[in-house]
Amino acid sequence: MSTPSLTIDIEALRAGAIVRLRGEVDMDSSPNLRGRLLELVDQRTEKAIIDLKEVTLMDSSGVGTLVEFKRKLAKLGGDVILAAPGARVRSVLEITQLDKFFTLAATVDEVAGE
Amino acid sequence: MNAADVLQLEFASNPAELPGVRQCLRDWTEARGWEEAQISEIVLAVDEALTNVIRHGYEGRTDQPVRFSAEGIVDPREGDGVCIRIRDFGRQVALDQICGRDLDDVRPGGLGVHLIKAMTNKATYEHADGGGMLLTMIKFKTHTAKSSEDAGSP
Repeated sequence: MSTPSLTIDIEALRAGAIVRLRGEVDMDSSPNLRGRLLELVDQRTEKAIIDLKEVTLMDSSGVGTLVEFKRKLAKLGGDVILAAPGARVRSVLEITQLDKFFTLAATVDEVAGE
Repeated sequence: MNAADVLQLEFASNPAELPGVRQCLRDWTEARGWEEAQISEIVLAVDEALTNVIRHGYEGRTDQPVRFSAEGIVDPREGDGVCIRIRDFGRQVALDQICGRDLDDVRPGGLGVHLIKAMTNKATYEHADGGGMLLTMIKFKTHTAKSSEDAGSP
């Protein structure tokens, strides 16, 4: 009954990275995402932009993974920006009040060049 | 009740089952005229409930049974809706401990119950006969979770 639910592509920037997610971030897929994000922590990435444009489901496992990532990166002086969340992801962030915790951007381009 | 008005699934407590269950539920609700936004809310509520079963009821064990049903219902005031039941046979959690974390205490975890409540009209946990938990969730087509007021901008 299972199908692949999430693809993760990471593009290096001069002082950061864009993490492009496509699909569903849930209890099944978030451990893999967590592993990829912790690599960015190890690399002391200054700015991580999470492109959520093509995320069709983000559950509490997914947002928990992002919270942990932001906390770890912040300890090293880095920042995490959530870009282009669709209505479904935005609703989850609002209900959990994490829209106040994360920096949000309407598009990746808006923050990738800074 | 028409048999087609009930979706019944039984599967293992494995996170790898979640995408398939979500797709079955999505297909079933689509066929019954639910709108896309509400389908996403139903699917997310079920996803969160199953995640809690795996994480808390079965403490991460991936080979335990989970029973799921979704049934079309009609209320005189609210109209059409769905009643979803999720039954596990794991640890019985004290009912007064089933609550999300304080949202001001930002940390991973503790958000599933908040999302379940937001996505449904009603969500009721009880200790099932013979062990385990039974979660009953009801959502009507008149119900919408907290909507994004500014969907076009951050």
